[in-house]
Amino acid sequence: MQTELPQSEPAGLQALTTPASAAAGAVKKALTLKVIGVGGAGGNAVSHMARTPIDGVDCVVINTDAAALERCAVAHKLNLGAKLTRGLGAGGDPERGRAAAEEDREHLKALCQGVDVLFVVAGLGGGTGTGASPVLAQLGREAGALVLGMVVLPFDWEGSRRQRQAQLGLHQLKAVADAVICLPNQKLFTLVADKTSVVEGFAVVHDLLAQGVRGVWRLLTRPGLINVDFADVCTVTRDRHSECALATAEAQGEHRVKEVLEKLLKHPLMEGGQTLGEAGTVLVSLAGGPDIAFSDVNGVMEQINRHCENAHIITGAAIEEGHTGRLAVTVLATRRSGKDKAAAATTAVEALLPEPPFVDPSVEHRPPSRYVAPPPVITPDNVDQFMPNAPARMKKRVQKMQQGQLNLEIISKGRFEKSEPTIRRGQDLDVPTYLRRNLVLN
Amino acid sequence: MFDPSNVIVGLEVGTSKICVVVGEVSGGGAPNLIGVGQCKSRGVRKGEITDVDQVSSDIRDALAEAEEMANVEIRSVWLGVSGGHIGGFNNHGSHQVPSIDREITEEDVEHVMKNAKVANMGADRYPIHVNRHHFTVNGQHGVVNPVGMLGQSLEVDVHITFGNFNRLQNPVRVVKGLPMEVEGIVFNGLASALAVLLPVQKQQGTLVIDMGGGTTDYAVFHEGLVRHTGVLAVGGDHLTNDLAYFFKVPISAAEKLKREHGGVLVGDDVKGRTLTLPSEHGLPEKSVNLEHLRRIMKERVEETFQLIEEELGDRDLMNCVRAGVVICGGSANIPDVLRMAENVFQVPAYKGRTTAMSGTKAALDQPEFATAIGLVRFGAQQGRARKRRAIDDLIPRRVKETIEQLFGRA
Repeated sequence: MQTELPQSEPAGLQALTTPASAAAGAVKKALTLKVIGVGGAGGNAVSHMARTPIDGVDCVVINTDAAALERCAVAHKLNLGAKLTRGLGAGGDPERGRAAAEEDREHLKALCQGVDVLFVVAGLGGGTGTGASPVLAQLGREAGALVLGMVVLPFDWEGSRRQRQAQLGLHQLKAVADAVICLPNQKLFTLVADKTSVVEGFAVVHDLLAQGVRGVWRLLTRPGLINVDFADVCTVTRDRHSECALATAEAQGEHRVKEVLEKLLKHPLMEGGQTLGEAGTVLVSLAGGPDIAFSDVNGVMEQINRHCENAHIITGAAIEEGHTGRLAVTVLATRRSGKDKAAAATTAVEALLPEPPFVDPSVEHRPPSRYVAPPPVITPDNVDQFMPNAPARMKKRVQKMQQGQLNLEIISKGRFEKSEPTIRRGQDLDVPTYLRRNLVLN
Repeated sequence: MFDPSNVIVGLEVGTSKICVVVGEVSGGGAPNLIGVGQCKSRGVRKGEITDVDQVSSDIRDALAEAEEMANVEIRSVWLGVSGGHIGGFNNHGSHQVPSIDREITEEDVEHVMKNAKVANMGADRYPIHVNRHHFTVNGQHGVVNPVGMLGQSLEVDVHITFGNFNRLQNPVRVVKGLPMEVEGIVFNGLASALAVLLPVQKQQGTLVIDMGGGTTDYAVFHEGLVRHTGVLAVGGDHLTNDLAYFFKVPISAAEKLKREHGGVLVGDDVKGRTLTLPSEHGLPEKSVNLEHLRRIMKERVEETFQLIEEELGDRDLMNCVRAGVVICGGSANIPDVLRMAENVFQVPAYKGRTTAMSGTKAALDQPEFATAIGLVRFGAQQGRARKRRAIDDLIPRRVKETIEQLFGRA
């Protein structure tokens, strides 16, 4: 699978296109943005978005379920895996979703052709969204697009199986997409009032997704005082293979700086500012009317800076005529990750393997273990033992496989085990300093 | 023959030891030390009580020892508090005097102080100390005493040291259950500073770090005022625990290693040297690399100082500590800790000497006793203030104002 991931190619393309367009006449090249909704939830979200069209953004819906596709009010549709599923849906099985997408590989490739930024919108946990969106994302990347996944995770009550499928799908998508913006449905509850109807509740999720697309679109297309462009967005997201958070907030009136910050930090994806604290790169785009003051920009940036002290921050500010007295802030934050490209490639391979059931997906970010067991040598003879569910085509290339590592290390805190941990700047000070500083004593 | 109101007792319930110091005030001078009691502390972790029964019996032992030595009956104590929940921040209070040509009175000052104390802290936080900075009268900064000045707007900056209300109550309840009166609670970091700082150091700007068993308390003084206070719940226990973890030895053995061979300087003289731990309780003999021991301790102490330095740097206070850093608490006895502090803070570092009391015996002139001695000193200062207030209260305020007006002070 490694060979199928052109890690360096998109960056190379990017390098080629930018100077070429600059030479074409110092006019910003018109970017092509495409939003593709995958599966039922993705289709609904994209139809919702399509109701208020955005200039220069194409909306497409793809699904295995022909009936659901029929209901979508989007001009451009594609029925996946017509042969495999006969238009009846994937039945909640990601493998079927994936197979359907593989079947229509050529169609998907055509969809991705010439696109600069591809949004893959999907609801994870089911069959089509979970299975097909990684395939689509990968094709998008191969076509040279910047692929941003925007996915919704299932509610807690949808059961652990769907959660697990969703996590697996998210993992796979992360490995192939440049960045994934992830919105757990469970966080809906924090957003909507108790008595909100289901329809309205879903509308809120759709709005959040639409906001995300619109936010990125604004970043890319609107000329700014302090300009943020495609290249900046690429810096933030390209090859991160990690979750990122996108939040938009708007306020007006005298106290708009304060209000907008409050709204921003209350945004479900910001987790009360925690996301910013963990961010490695943060892109902030402010939009205001012609009356936007330096103190506004300063006030917002100061607070954001305070939340993410260690992050690389890219700032943009834009003026919109109709925006007098208003201030809109869009924040795109990607998680800090020490992984280089090679490691990302490994993750990509790992992600395509079926996840062993005993790995809790929430504990991916353990510090690396200092003792690493040598990976077992996988030969065609013992492949069944190590990977009983590997598809046949994988078994052929088994020599290239790498064993995923279980990052387990239990650090005892000795006598402080039971006391309240002393946390300063995200570090547990009860853990010996030399361990946290990775000091080698031998 | 003995006036109990002249006896001031400081009680520090620390993580490694419980310490009682008895002082006697005579006249207006510094308190005279007449008794000390101490006991190993067994129910405290990171400066906070984890075993009430154990702690109350330990306190009783320490008090009994002090009573015997001082030959007095202790009825009330000034209690030192610490713990990771304690912190400090600056706040601002303002008060509008009704008319522009009115003289600022003591009530106005009280009012503005009350305003300054009303801080947005959250319901469970309790202000332990409110230390006054300078007043601002009609925009004029740096007023030390505004009473008698003319002005319409009176503002004041204060530094508030706060703690979690319930967790502050724990030691108070234990002491009250002995039974024993608690005169007041004092933040350990401030108490230590009172004990070890000279007035000139407070003026020039000094950082006092009390690195005890379970917590590291710190306070910044500048221009005679408290600029910052804070607690890091990391102390000597952490050093011991780090060593125990690395060498895989029991805590007691690690403690012994720390006390006998510890240090924070990894010089050439320790390179490659090993110590042999004698076999105890049938455990096999163990050899310990001295360089590793020093390096582990160095990392921990360095990190602790760096965290404090970062915090002060964030608040632009590093310029305020020109006169240096004073280290007290048990960890001040670690060899070369002063050099480490000089490296991190880039100012001279001193070991805290308890100058605040006369009669301090040589045995007590140890950095570990700074807090308890500071508590007595704090008590003595408060006592004086109280006495003055008591005299003031004898004359009703109205009468006082009338008299003042009669004599044309207005």
